[in-house]
Amino acid sequence: MSVGLNAFILVAGLLFAIGFLGVILRRNTLVIFMSLELMLNAVNLALVAFSRYNGTMDGNLFVFFIITVAAAEVAVGLAIIVALFRRRQSVMVDNLNALSR
Amino acid sequence: MLDLLFYVFSAITLIAALVMVFNPNAVSGAMAMIVSFVGTAALFVLLEAYFLAILQILVYAGAVMVLFLFIIMLLDVDKSEKAFPSDKLTLLGSFVGFALLAVLVASTFSGGHLPEPTLLPVLENPTGTAAGIPFTTSAKSFGYSLFTKYMLPFQVCGFLLLAAMIGVIVVSKKHEQGNS
Repeated sequence: MSVGLNAFILVAGLLFAIGFLGVILRRNTLVIFMSLELMLNAVNLALVAFSRYNGTMDGNLFVFFIITVAAAEVAVGLAIIVALFRRRQSVMVDNLNALSR
Repeated sequence: MLDLLFYVFSAITLIAALVMVFNPNAVSGAMAMIVSFVGTAALFVLLEAYFLAILQILVYAGAVMVLFLFIIMLLDVDKSEKAFPSDKLTLLGSFVGFALLAVLVASTFSGGHLPEPTLLPVLENPTGTAAGIPFTTSAKSFGYSLFTKYMLPFQVCGFLLLAAMIGVIVVSKKHEQGNS
């Protein structure tokens, strides 16, 4: 395969930037959370690409741990969002502002 | 052939990610996210990380996104609310995001290199566990590494999953009337 490391890193960086745009632009807490998962996914892709092109296995193992931690984080984050919805009856970030306006 | 597959899978992944970010409907966004995760798993297969590709589909697309869909459908978000804001701070943030995209693409295609500092001799030729496990495509090397070199993070991850499980149960418990 003649596709170099640069192409994989470009794709990972583009995914990260798209996730970053999602976190900044969207008002729905759940979509912000999904964009956060997209950023983690982009980092996974970059790690696996570097691991393959350096001939080591350590990057793949790091991705293993990142997937585990991301799954635990999603579980806890969604529980918090559900508890927040019970309290505020909304998931839009504008309505969750508790500071004085 | 593999080059063509790389371009196809990257296009699928990136277009699905864009659909997820810019679609006002949250359920459509979650579906596009699943497509994006499957595209990333395909890119993992191209990078010969077969175990990680299956793990990505099982855990990310299979468990995490299904959990997201449960919560999205449970909370029944009102779609008539404005999806995209237009205040100054958000415009500045989106400009920074687009600038990040543009700088990334430009630096990849301009062929520039990051400055390489001279490493210490101990880092130039790492030996022992610092050398890195040689790359294989088998799942056996995962198991071997998890139980020898990465034993501590492995146990800590197990503990973390237990803590996350307890945390979810505590957070989602309904409080009685007496508590505030």
